[in-house]
Amino acid sequence: MLDHTGFPLEITGETTPMVSFRKVRKSYGALTVLKNLDLDIAEGEMVSIIGPSGSGKTTVLRMLMTLEQIDDGVIYVDGQPLTHMPKQGRLVRANERHLRNRRADIGMCFQHFNLFPHMTALENCMEGPVQVLGLSKAEARDRSEELLELVGMISKKDQRPSRLSGGQQQRVAIARALAMRPKVMLFDEVTSALDPEVIGEVTNVIRKLVSEHNLTMLMVTHQMGFARDISDRVCFFYGGKIEEQGPPAELFGNPQRERTQQFLSAVREAV
Amino acid sequence: MIIFDFLAQYWPRLLSGTGVTIAQFFLAAVLGIAISLAMGLMKLSQNRILRGAAITYIEIFRGTSLLVQLYWIFFVLPLFGVSIDKFTAGYVAVGMNIGAYGAELVRGGILSVPRGQWEAALAINMSPARRMWRIILPQALVNMLPPWGNLMIELLKGTALVSLISVADLMFQAKQINGSTFLSAQVFGTALVIYYILARFLVTPFMRWLERAMARKLGKV
Repeated sequence: MLDHTGFPLEITGETTPMVSFRKVRKSYGALTVLKNLDLDIAEGEMVSIIGPSGSGKTTVLRMLMTLEQIDDGVIYVDGQPLTHMPKQGRLVRANERHLRNRRADIGMCFQHFNLFPHMTALENCMEGPVQVLGLSKAEARDRSEELLELVGMISKKDQRPSRLSGGQQQRVAIARALAMRPKVMLFDEVTSALDPEVIGEVTNVIRKLVSEHNLTMLMVTHQMGFARDISDRVCFFYGGKIEEQGPPAELFGNPQRERTQQFLSAVREAV
Repeated sequence: MIIFDFLAQYWPRLLSGTGVTIAQFFLAAVLGIAISLAMGLMKLSQNRILRGAAITYIEIFRGTSLLVQLYWIFFVLPLFGVSIDKFTAGYVAVGMNIGAYGAELVRGGILSVPRGQWEAALAINMSPARRMWRIILPQALVNMLPPWGNLMIELLKGTALVSLISVADLMFQAKQINGSTFLSAQVFGTALVIYYILARFLVTPFMRWLERAMARKLGKV
């Protein structure tokens, strides 16, 4: 049985982080993918996660989206516990109802887009606002069209995903996530499945979000140049831990740890 | 008696029998699809009781003879005070039997939808029920339509058994005519052809059309 007496029921104060991982542990059977993760992300901050495959970086996003249950520790979003809920003065594992309440703050884009194939681009964006938020169709359409405009996909709004290129599908997926008005956006290797020539259209959308919107963002990426350009902070994951983190200029320009140096020089050689 | 004379004389009875067969087929299909959906979903449920009920149902109705099930519903249930008229007993038995096979198709169809679809639906915070109805089932349906075509033909042929509890379907009429005329080759030959025509020119084209329509809806064409 987990003892959650050491964790606060909520995080309050001037500098409440938008996202807070507290001593989070995750294993799959005997394999521990994350051990004792502590990570705070401030409101409006853009944090990139880099690292070799198997270092647990995607798991961080999946736990925050509640796609994976955590084995120990607590995750807070906007000061409130996400993975747990208060009950008689202590934290117990969250039920579906609590998850549905708290999950509304989080949006996610996936490596393989995962658009709904039986819906057009516009319908993909309207699905959540209509079915989950209870907006009228007209309101949802206005909101969705505005976002499709933002990602440059308004001219393709009546196309099904099978008629769109990977880059176009990913931009629709970003609009779909934004239509739910999340406070935190998660990008899980959103350019990894794309042809090189269309990566730019997706990264440009993310750049625009960073510069024009006050979203908190967490991004797992293999594109070091992009991470360096737009992040406020970069975390290097190795073996289920944050091996090193800091502002991009420092982490890329002057890495302190040997593992970071090895990883970055291996990445540079590959290019 | 050559076949044309035979048909000229007996077509009204054969036609009425065909009408009953088609009615049995449709009612059994509707019931069977409803049961398939319910049992298929229950078998995937997290709830152990629901899952156990579905497994029991599927095992019983798939593991025993349709004819015995038909006799149970028509002859044995009245002993426990549940009397059902023969027409209803006919399509209920066939529908319940086909539902057990269909449940496995529903289950397989749902499992064939990529995990990413569940995850994307969860990421926009849809409730488990909405995820299933709006995102997963429409896609599962497309994947499971081809085997459903097979099952519908099995169902059509299975309805011939209801003649054994005296439902006046095509097979029942054929047996009656045979009993009074002994024109076995003509009467059972005609029945054979009618069953084939129903399967080949009604059920199969309809299922093909449905497959194409659904595929188009998914943008797969």
